[in-house]
Amino acid sequence: MDFKFTDEQIMIRDTAEAFLVKNCPSAAVRQFMDTQLGYDPDFWKRICNEMCWQGLLIPENYGGLGLGYVELVATLEQMGRYLCCSPFYGSICLGVNALLVAGTEQQKTAFLPQILAGKTATIAYTSETGGWDSGSVQTSYKKQDSSYCLNGTYRFVPNGHSADILVLAAREEGTQGEEGISLFILPAKTSGITREWLPTIDQTRPQGQVILNNVILNGDAVMGEQGQAWAELQNILDLARIGLAAEQLGGSQQCLDSTLAYITERVQFGRPIASYQAIKHKCADMMVKVEASRSAVYHAACVADQFLNQSEDADALIEAASIAKAYGSDSFFHNAGVGIQLHGGVGITAEYDIQLYFKRAKSTEIFLGAPDYHRERLAALLLDQREVS
Amino acid sequence: MKLDFSPQDESFRQEIANWLANNLCGEFDIICGRGGPGDQHSLVEERKAWEQKLYKGGWTCIGWPTEFGGRDASIEQQVIFNEEYARAQGPGRAGHIGETLVGPTLIAFGSQSQKDRYLPGILKGETFWCQGYSEPNAGSDLANVKTKAVFDETSQQWQITGQKVWTSLARESDYCFVIARTDLKSTGHRGLGFFLVPIDQPGVTVRPIKQLTGTSEFNEVFFDNAECLDDDLVGESGDGWKVAMGLLGFERGVSTLGQQMLFQNELDEVISLAKTNGSARNPQIRQRIAEAHIGLKIMRYNSLRILSSEQGDGQLQKEAMIYKLYWSSWHRNLGKLAMDVMGPEGELLQGKSYELNSLQSMYLFSRADTIYGGTNQIQRNLIAERALGMPREPRG
Repeated sequence: MDFKFTDEQIMIRDTAEAFLVKNCPSAAVRQFMDTQLGYDPDFWKRICNEMCWQGLLIPENYGGLGLGYVELVATLEQMGRYLCCSPFYGSICLGVNALLVAGTEQQKTAFLPQILAGKTATIAYTSETGGWDSGSVQTSYKKQDSSYCLNGTYRFVPNGHSADILVLAAREEGTQGEEGISLFILPAKTSGITREWLPTIDQTRPQGQVILNNVILNGDAVMGEQGQAWAELQNILDLARIGLAAEQLGGSQQCLDSTLAYITERVQFGRPIASYQAIKHKCADMMVKVEASRSAVYHAACVADQFLNQSEDADALIEAASIAKAYGSDSFFHNAGVGIQLHGGVGITAEYDIQLYFKRAKSTEIFLGAPDYHRERLAALLLDQREVS
Repeated sequence: MKLDFSPQDESFRQEIANWLANNLCGEFDIICGRGGPGDQHSLVEERKAWEQKLYKGGWTCIGWPTEFGGRDASIEQQVIFNEEYARAQGPGRAGHIGETLVGPTLIAFGSQSQKDRYLPGILKGETFWCQGYSEPNAGSDLANVKTKAVFDETSQQWQITGQKVWTSLARESDYCFVIARTDLKSTGHRGLGFFLVPIDQPGVTVRPIKQLTGTSEFNEVFFDNAECLDDDLVGESGDGWKVAMGLLGFERGVSTLGQQMLFQNELDEVISLAKTNGSARNPQIRQRIAEAHIGLKIMRYNSLRILSSEQGDGQLQKEAMIYKLYWSSWHRNLGKLAMDVMGPEGELLQGKSYELNSLQSMYLFSRADTIYGGTNQIQRNLIAERALGMPREPRG
């Protein structure tokens, strides 16, 4: 048992931080979050060419770095901290994870090198109703001989309007719940697909709508077990939730750090407002939430590694992901809200960055299930299993 | 970063689990799961006998160096011991103050004579200790102690006069360690001494404090020219604060994993009750049970992270400072949740003599958790000042 970063993991984290401090300042974030694409394509190229973050999780036999989830969350934490606008989350946490969990050998060989070369990916699964459970997969497919015809509308798709590669969840016509769900992987340019940008409150995480109108796919596009892919989709989403919780942790930490910097400078009644106990106690609570989130995220990353090495089962992954996502979401929102309060008047201006974190806290809280969704998921594990007699 | 324990540690786990399964039974059945926080006054004689049984099995003071009879157990092994002990419903340790506080303090600061005279009794589960820190006017402001120690030239002994309060297990202990003012003109943390004082003497009176639970775990201890050998002053006469603070650092958090296992037993009881009485169908209760589960899991991960990063110098790193505030707040919330799961039945006593069931008792006594050992307000000051580097409170 050694629940701390190795020297190599510390180096990966510190390198990521140094790169982002230099290349992803607030001004750059603000410039590119205001575009429809939502990020700077040149910056993404530099991430791929200089840092090779896109190859972090890709096994070495596909040309990647073959590192694990701990290295991934160490990097994501820093991206969250500096509000890094990039297609990294969609491409790696959604795209690469989907290929690792459910991709056939042929699909991995076809798509992983594309992602390594800087192509972007995402997953579309939830429909206009915007849920995160199996019932929210409403796009349907009909099997016609050896091909599949897909129809329906996806919303809330991260970088859905711009990603090069799409992983789609759809259900066989007439099925419901966890039955009949399949996963498909395809180039976004496939005929029958129209996409649209959905402007968002949190401009650092753009979303798209994806409409399928008689999209015809052959069997090569099917990932995992046709009609039985809900379990695999769950695994992919749980891995993605752990990544999101790592971003939230970085954001949560930055809310505390930027607030401390402000209140140390701000003088009222002749003393820095950081010297007031009412302020100190709020900061102490923020730190408790940061450190507890950190423990949850690092633990979940270890479980994710064990899951990907097949030494831990899906129940452990569900539990670790829901704990990290529920706690991480509540903590980030709390810290961003308190951060605005302690900034006083300037907290509600566009000029100060704390408002950007407040917006991101909510968007990451909602995506892949808000805390109440995850707590209910845990409650079902704790309370609804039949007693073993 | 890895979570699994080594094969050697896993075989250590098997060894202690087997020993407990074979020994915590028969005459000891009645103390299983008893004597924890809020229940430390119960079944004391039986729990003292259990300490001697533990000693015979080689399971007391395992973290002590081998030269003092310990096993020099690693942090991992101490974590495993505490987890397995709590999992087996091991009773609250009557000897824990001696083992975790007095022993390490004497090993670090004590004279050879003090080590020779006191460590064997602690190791063998034969002598028991309590803590004399707080006073009526020295709670959060511990350095404000007024108890005084005067050296009597005739008898060549110290004479101690004053009052200590919130002393757990004072009636069941043989000795109390006391911080008292040796320089009567001094204030604050200067001029204090750290004394090892026998309880059974005319100058010491112990009075139980009746708590909101109707029971008395805490006591007041009055010293009226109580005698203490010069040889029982630890360190020099002005070293009391240094020794007292060193002692607080020795706890190091390994027992927190055992404490968490007790919390898990309580949460399991709440979950089992919710399933039985139907409150598990209430959506709000479901959310709160899940929240409690999340909180307890993260408490464990916090501990493992803190223990893994330990520098080995006994100094708490800044991340460790959140621990007390975190667990005490969690436990207090569990108390409220337990009552809400019990519903109207929770208000009814088992008998006329103010007999509380374990969850009712936990609900009431957990209000003490956010007060003793540094209130939540003091903890927030410590976190803000020492971990976040914010300006310190003015001191009078």
